[in-house]
Formats: sequence, C-alpha cells, structure tokens
Amino acid sequence: MKSALRDAVLSALVALRPVPVAIAVAAVFVGRLLLLAWRGRSRAAARHANRAFAERLTQAGKYVAPLLLIVALAVPLSGDRYYLHLGILVMTYVMLGWGLNIVVGLAGLLDLGYVAFYAVGAYSYAIISTTYGLGFWTCLPIAGILAAIWGIMLGFPVLRLRGDYLAIVTLAFGEIIRIVITNWVSLTNGPNGISGIPRPTLFGLKFTPAGGPGSFSDFFHLPPSPTWRAVYLYYVILVLALLTNWVTLRLRRLPLGRAWEALREDEVACRSLGINVTVTKLTAFAIGALFGGFAGAFFATRQAFVSPESFTFIESAIVLSIVVLGGLGSQLGVALAALVMIGGFEVFRALADYRMLVFGAALVLIMVLRPRGLVAGRTPTVALGRKREISAELVAQGRG
Amino acid sequence: MSLLRLSGVTAFYGAIQALRGVDLEVNEGEIVTLIGANGAGKSTLMMTVCGQPQARDGAIIYDGEDITRLPTHAIMRKRIAQSPEGRRIFPRMTVYENLQMGAEVAGNVDFAALLEQVFSLFPRLKERVHQRGGTLSGGEQQMLSIGRALMSRPRLLLLDEPSLGLAPLVVRQIFGAIRELNRSTGLTVLLVEQNAFQALRLADRGYVLVNGGITMAGKGAELLARPEIRAAYLEGAH
Ligand SMILES: Nc1ncnc2c1ncn2[C@@H]1O[C@H](COP(=O)(O)OP(=O)(O)OP(=O)(O)O)[C@@H](O)[C@H]1O
Ligand SMILES: [Mg+2]
Repeated sequence: MKSALRDAVLSALVALRPVPVAIAVAAVFVGRLLLLAWRGRSRAAARHANRAFAERLTQAGKYVAPLLLIVALAVPLSGDRYYLHLGILVMTYVMLGWGLNIVVGLAGLLDLGYVAFYAVGAYSYAIISTTYGLGFWTCLPIAGILAAIWGIMLGFPVLRLRGDYLAIVTLAFGEIIRIVITNWVSLTNGPNGISGIPRPTLFGLKFTPAGGPGSFSDFFHLPPSPTWRAVYLYYVILVLALLTNWVTLRLRRLPLGRAWEALREDEVACRSLGINVTVTKLTAFAIGALFGGFAGAFFATRQAFVSPESFTFIESAIVLSIVVLGGLGSQLGVALAALVMIGGFEVFRALADYRMLVFGAALVLIMVLRPRGLVAGRTPTVALGRKREISAELVAQGRG
Repeated sequence: MSLLRLSGVTAFYGAIQALRGVDLEVNEGEIVTLIGANGAGKSTLMMTVCGQPQARDGAIIYDGEDITRLPTHAIMRKRIAQSPEGRRIFPRMTVYENLQMGAEVAGNVDFAALLEQVFSLFPRLKERVHQRGGTLSGGEQQMLSIGRALMSRPRLLLLDEPSLGLAPLVVRQIFGAIRELNRSTGLTVLLVEQNAFQALRLADRGYVLVNGGITMAGKGAELLARPEIRAAYLEGAH
C-alpha cells in the first residue's frame, strides 16, 4: 500500500510543479547515492542505531505531546499576528491530518480524495450561512454531517476496492466534487466563489477590527484590534483539532475503532470474526469525512470567501503526506508532520526560489531516515498495567 | 440431532466449480474430520459454510435454520467460529488485542472468564499476552488463531489445518486441546486435516473429499481401517 501511496503523491507533485520537482529529483538522486555509499559501511550498525533512536523517541514521546500542547496553547501570547495565522494554518492541517488518519492510518483505506470533504464542509457553511443567515456554530454540525453523508456516498461504490484501485477512485471523487462545484453556478457561483461569508462570533459577540457596540473588544473593554479575531480563530481550530484527536483516541478503545484496525490488518479475518465489514468501512469514511467537513467550515469562516481553487488535488496530497510522514496511525506523528510540513514551508520562505528544493530534500531525508514515518510505533490499545510500544522495526507493512 | 447439515451444496470461483453437490452432517457434540488431497475443496467447503463464497445450489442448515444466503458476519454471529487456513491473526496487534477481537461478537459476556479459559488451554499465550501477533512462532500463532475463535463462545468450531507446519509435539498438544474442549464443554468441531492419521483417530466421524465431492464417509476408526484410505492418505504416515 505504501508504495502505491508514494507513487501517487509523487506523480501529483510532478504534474503540478514539473521544474522544481525535476531539480529535487536530481538532488535526491545524487544525495541518495552518497547516502547509500555512506550507509554501505554497515547496514546492521545503521539499523541498530535506528532502533535506539526509535526507543529514545518513544521515551521522549511521553513529554513531547504535553509540551506541544502547552506551546500550542501559548501561541497567542506572542500577540504577533503572523504567528497566529501560521498557527491557524498548521492547526487546520493537523486537524485534517487527524481526520484522514482515521481513514488511512486506522482503517487502512487509501483515500486520495480527502479534499472533497473539506470542500463539502466549506461550501455547506458558505451556502447555508449566506442564504439563511445562520451563524458559524449552528452551521458547523450541519457542514460536518453533510460531509459525512458524502463520505458514505463515496464509501458505497468503493466497498470492494482495496489499495491502488481504491486510491484511484477516491482521487477521481475528489476531482468530481471540485468540478461539480465549479460548474454548478446557480448554487456555488462557479469559479467566482462565494464571498461575504459570516465570521464566527463568541456568544453573539462580533470580532470587528474597529470595535464598536456588540463587539468583543467593546464588551470586555479591550482596545479594538484585528488580533482578537485571529486569537479567537486560533482557539476555535485548536479546539476542533483537539476534539478530532480526542474522538479518535476514544474510538480506538471501542469495538468500532478496534474493528477499523483489524480491517487494516486482515479483511477476511475480520469477516470470519463476525465483523460487518461494510459498516466498518462506511463509518471510517463517514467519521473521517465529518472532521474534514468541520475543518472545511472553519476554512470558510476564516477566509470569509471560498472558491473551487482552494480544493485542488494538491490539498489531498499534502494531507496524505502529513499522515504518511507522521507514521500511519500515529496521532503525535501527524501533529509533528503537519508542523514540519506547513510550518517548515513557511520557515524556508527566506530561501525564495530554492524553497521547493530544500523542502523536497527535507521530506526525502525524513523518509530515508524514518521510512515508516516520524512516529512509527503502534501503541496497543490495552496495556494491562505497563505501557509498551510496538517497535517500528517489528511492525510489518499492512497488505495492499 | 444435527447441528450443521449441508445438502447438495455447490460452490464456484468464477467459472471454476470447487464443490460439486456436497452432503455432509455434523451432529451436536461431535468431532468430524474432513480429509482430502490438495485442491480437493476442503477449505472451500469450510468457507462456504461461512458464506464466502456463498453456495450456489443446495442448502446449509445450522441449528435448524437455513443460513445459505446470510452474509458472512451474520453467520459468524450465530456462534459459529472459524480458525481459517493460514491462521490469519492480526499481525500488528498484541495477543491480547487479537483475543479481544475474537470476543467482539460474543457481546457482553464475561470477557475475563473466556480469557482464562483460553489461557488455561494454551498457557503459552498467557506468557506472551503483550507480544505482537506477527512475532509469535508458527505454533503460537496457531494457538492464537484457535484461541481467538474460542473467544466468541462458539457452539460449532471450524478448524482448517491446525497442524500445518507444526512440530509433532505441538500437533499433539493442539489435538489434545481440541479433544479436551469437546469433552468438557460439548463443543462441536469440524476439522480439516492433511494429517489424516491423527485426525481420524481424534474424530468421531470422517468424510473424504475428492475433486469437490464426498466419496466416503464413516466412523473415524472405520475409515482408518479401509485399504483405499490407507493407500491414498496414510502411506508413509504414522
Ligand atoms: N479464490 C479462488 N479463486 C479461484 N479458484 C480458487 C480460489 N480458491 C480456491 N480455488 C480453487 O478451488 C479448488 C479447491 O481449493 P481449496 O482451497 O478448497 O482446496 P483444499 O482442499 O483446501 O486444498 P489444500 O489441502 O491444499 O488446502 C482448487 O482447485 C483451487 O485452485
Ligand atoms: Mg485448504
């Protein structure tokens, strides 16, 4: 499955950015040769070092997650709107990564069209709020449910497909949704998009930059500033992302979540244990899509504008890369990968034209050093007293 | 009373016919063994009972109910459990999680008691309860596969070649466990085996499957005594 996935991501990159990708490929080719030569001295030693590293990472993992959470909570303290917007962007992708992780990481269903649910969520909120004048918090569940329904609609035709075939159909699904949005002008305003989407409010308090009666800054007697809205948006997406994480962690301990993981391991065995594979797959698609829809609604309210351009295949590819890079199924890994990919891309801004190159090289380096993702171990759902990580070295790849 | 009855069952993989009108009966509390050459259709027969592939003609009656057209998961919820060919344990999950998956369909019954039962049958699994399934030895995986099937409190246990690739001592251990379960809990067992000698000695009755059809049936000891069985399945064994 992994190789199919890697191929798909790579071919997408080639199609979208031929020249930088060509440079990156050349760089990787040379780099890889050097690396092989260097590694050639002793494979066993390298593997040993890798395992030691994995162990250290596992130990560190206990502190990394709470530390990340504290940092995440503290970002608005900087008061710098640049960091807030970057934080919002990263958290959006963390949430998307966690949502897709349910489908790809846990249930093992390779979905290349996740952006479809992001789009459905965004457009649901955009259309409902501008047509009926409903607020963000009212529309959020509706957007999520609509996306989940689309998740089930995607699920039905692909029930019998696995691996590469599933990937192709989901990819097509993502494209179909975008094309429908572009062409259904009467509903979606086509390529021009929908503007004037209402911003979120806090118990009815508006976040208008200039303050004024009924605004957040007015109510709390704070100086009016556009920063308040950024802070609020940041905390909204943080809460939504944490909700995704919490639900996933809960579900993993319930029969449904266990069935997802069992499905990833062996579908035939699942059936012979009396698990309804149809329901298991559809719920994975639906719940993954639900969170994609939430993230989409958030995207719409953050931008106050949506257009089909925001929902191209590259979004699916980025989210999938985050999940794969983080280590399929690992919550912490996904968060780290989103930070590295989205945050890292920003950090390299100073490099101008070489940004794509450095970025690509960094990704490849990670995949070479940690071929199963940043956090590759699988934590058993039941530990009976002592917690034990299943080492990445021992984790077999799931069947296609 | 028969717990499972197949009458005139045929099964196909696309255009290939794998079962040609199989009649077979398993009575409550019996151990029945099915022997046959490679490719005779033994595994197919077992999978057809579970509904994958579904029987094209004929009927499969379980506990007085026609289950021929039920989907697999519905059949497996009727207290039929299977340890399929090739074990098919979940390799990335721990022994404990594998057993937990087995108990999924049993509903709210006493999980701890079931676990104790499996552990007393296969103490090796208890020692390795936190080990990842895929890192168990072949014999341990087989024990896990049977243990996982037992976690659903089955009335009928389907075992496909539990002795495959195992040392004689382990085979004896596993056969001993099957007999023990059958005696103490009245569990009904349908057993597919290449190891015809041991299987027929263990079983109350046996069937011989050739090219997708039953050619012989009888008491285990009777079949063992027949010269044609000795020639075809027992030559060089013992
Ligand atoms: N999925 C499948 N698709 C097509 N043909 C199949 C499939 N599974 C089995 N067959 C064919 O059906 C026939 C019966 O196979 P089956 O697996 O039931 O044999 P078996 O008696 O269990 O053999 P063995 O002792 O080797 O396990 C064989 O000829 C096999 O090639
Ligand atoms: Mg077989």
